[in-house]
Amino acid sequence: MSVSTKAAPVADQEMLISGCAAIAQALRLSDIDVVTAYPIRPYDTVMQAVAKLISNGELDAEYIVAASEHDQFEIVKHASAVGARVFCGSSGVGWMYAMEAIAVTPALRLPMVALVGNRALDDPGAFGCEHNDALCVRDLGWMLTWVDTAQEALDTALIAYRVAEDRRVFLPCAIGADGAFLTHSEVLVKVPNKEKVDQFLPKYDRGDKLLHPDNPITIAPQVNEDWVMEIRKQNDDAMRRARGVIQEAYRDFHKIFGRQGGNPFVESYMAEDADVILFGQGTLSLPVKVGIRKLREQGHKVGFVRLRWLRPFPTPEVQETLSRAKAVGVIDRDYSFGSPNHGAVLYNELRSALYDLPNRPHVISFICGLGGREVTLDSVTEMSEILLKVAKTGKVEQPNYWIGVRG
Amino acid sequence: MTGSIEVVYRGIFQKTLGQRITRGIVLAAVKEGKVGISFGRYGDSPERNGIPAKSFAVVADNEEDLQTYLSRYEPTDNDVTVVVDDTLCKGVESWAWYGLQPINKLTQPGGVVLTTSMQSPEELLEDCHRKDTEWSLAVLKGIASFSGLWVYKDDHTDVRVLGAIARLAPHVVKLESVEAAIQDEWQDELKVTSARKAYERVETRKVGPDEGNPEKPYEFQLPKWWEMKEGLVIPGIPVKQDVEGWEGGYRPGRNPTFKKFATRTMRPVIDFEICTKCTLCWLQCPDSCFDVTPTGHYDANMEACCGCGVCEAVCPVEKCVTMVNEAAFGDNASQFEMYEKDTDTYKSWLKGKIEDKVTTDRYHGFQLRGKYEEEVQEIIREVTK
Repeated sequence: MSVSTKAAPVADQEMLISGCAAIAQALRLSDIDVVTAYPIRPYDTVMQAVAKLISNGELDAEYIVAASEHDQFEIVKHASAVGARVFCGSSGVGWMYAMEAIAVTPALRLPMVALVGNRALDDPGAFGCEHNDALCVRDLGWMLTWVDTAQEALDTALIAYRVAEDRRVFLPCAIGADGAFLTHSEVLVKVPNKEKVDQFLPKYDRGDKLLHPDNPITIAPQVNEDWVMEIRKQNDDAMRRARGVIQEAYRDFHKIFGRQGGNPFVESYMAEDADVILFGQGTLSLPVKVGIRKLREQGHKVGFVRLRWLRPFPTPEVQETLSRAKAVGVIDRDYSFGSPNHGAVLYNELRSALYDLPNRPHVISFICGLGGREVTLDSVTEMSEILLKVAKTGKVEQPNYWIGVRG
Repeated sequence: MTGSIEVVYRGIFQKTLGQRITRGIVLAAVKEGKVGISFGRYGDSPERNGIPAKSFAVVADNEEDLQTYLSRYEPTDNDVTVVVDDTLCKGVESWAWYGLQPINKLTQPGGVVLTTSMQSPEELLEDCHRKDTEWSLAVLKGIASFSGLWVYKDDHTDVRVLGAIARLAPHVVKLESVEAAIQDEWQDELKVTSARKAYERVETRKVGPDEGNPEKPYEFQLPKWWEMKEGLVIPGIPVKQDVEGWEGGYRPGRNPTFKKFATRTMRPVIDFEICTKCTLCWLQCPDSCFDVTPTGHYDANMEACCGCGVCEAVCPVEKCVTMVNEAAFGDNASQFEMYEKDTDTYKSWLKGKIEDKVTTDRYHGFQLRGKYEEEVQEIIREVTK
């Protein structure tokens, strides 16, 4: 890879960039070694941004254009095993095509960071945002986080490397970014200088797991039923440890950069005294917050809780922020056909997390904003009114609603 | 009354045989109004050549008893342990077992180990490990069946074993029901005859706790989940082992836990006098089983040899490497050490092993390809006469 003499920016600066370009800036600051690319919207914006950084001489990394998404993830998996800091990403069916390689990564404890530019799964062929692509790794040992803004995307990418590459964790991390709304909108983003990032993010050290001639090891053996459960248990343990490591990382991040000082796992908006709370993840935060302000003006105690990490699922924080509400509405930008109450993924996760509470709120499922459809202010009002009625009567007439569907 | 039979066989050439026997037991039990199940141990990977593997048959008077028994994955107190290759009497190690499992380990106290063999019970007891309780060793005369590679060559071993089981464990299946099941399954009167002859001819000998191979088989405990390296990382084995008293020479590093030699059905014996030290056996051995001695000879290490016969096939010197039935040997001792200690004794030992046709006949080597098929009719004539 040729490197020009052009110096990388050194001071903190504000840049007008998209969510994908913000991720690319984080990759430059993390000084990644290997990145693989295969185009699919909306993820491909990040791949273009990284290519530009390399060609400008701002980043020195191996940029490998793979033959498919499956190759993309295989290549970085192996590069990670030999000690390279790697990045990869995809969207929708591209992510699905790579699934075999994606599924094996957590057991090998390879701290890959990946961007999922959320996109509806085919068919019908569609570009718009839906979370079912990234959710496919929900049970596989990937850490999963969803970001709301381009700033959060940059910050979270740095945090993701720090957490994933921590010896106590060594798990891959996927960052969910809503297609179009986040990936393709340009906003002002604070891009920190490299010295601060170096202070925050130590070098990737694989230690005795490094695949290298000086450290002769075998990885990824074939085993029988006498070994698999122990290996899964190890992954379970790593995921449990990730919780503490995430908290540490946010604490240090706040110290060094002065941002991300709130709760790492959930963002709570006017939820403290709320009778009813909307709950969701990703960019729907924007219309929901605006809608809530309007409803508050009318005297309705409505709040919002945004989930930032789905894996590891922050059960204590979720219980804490939602336990005082009378009704909670989970806005799912995904579906889980035939699941309990025909609710979607987040709804069922949340309901399960609240089950042990002595006074648990009613939980309603809202399926909304599929395939890139906007979650509008009217939708927010409609959902809030349903919740307020449940809170008032104490009765759930219908557990699940499709919001914004014609008919 | 619940009964269970395990069949210990070698993959791949006895996989179908193992299944035919356990299926036959269930089919016969059904004739008596019983219920049963026949299954292979899934973790065994019996598609691998020579690997020890197991099939089971469990029969019971009713479904409830059968379920109660089957709540265990692997039957651990078998009425009869059937061994269709007598070299397995030395103990077995497979993908699914750790260490060397004595052949009679899962035979219940007072139960029977039934093997097809040309060896005498006394010779076999040199191989079979001691057991705390009394048990019986039954021998059905015959060589290790090579019926299942690749098209099944029916040599009647399946029905002969069924006939013998009817004699040894009539509470599991009776001869009449075995005969009826064979007739139903194969419509072959000759196979019924084979079963009946086997019923008559099988010989049994009681074995006391003080009899058998006194060796303590190697074993190891599986690690706890927190003791295993994370990330599916397995430390490499050092490329070289030091050997006490050696100056020069080379012994490669080997896995001390998974030895695999129970896969061996034949072993190479080497005439060191005519060896030209050409290195071909050492280079071609897929298991790196050859130690290079300080004198530059190649000594097949029997802790590592799986008995594939590649060394014999690639050796350019006539009669330098000869594959001999594993049944002819009692231990894994170094041939080269024996040769160095006393050359004349070694030469006569070597000659004896190669010429001992009673124990050496096998159909598993490269040079024997196709031979079994030619001889099946003769085998059937012998067992039915």
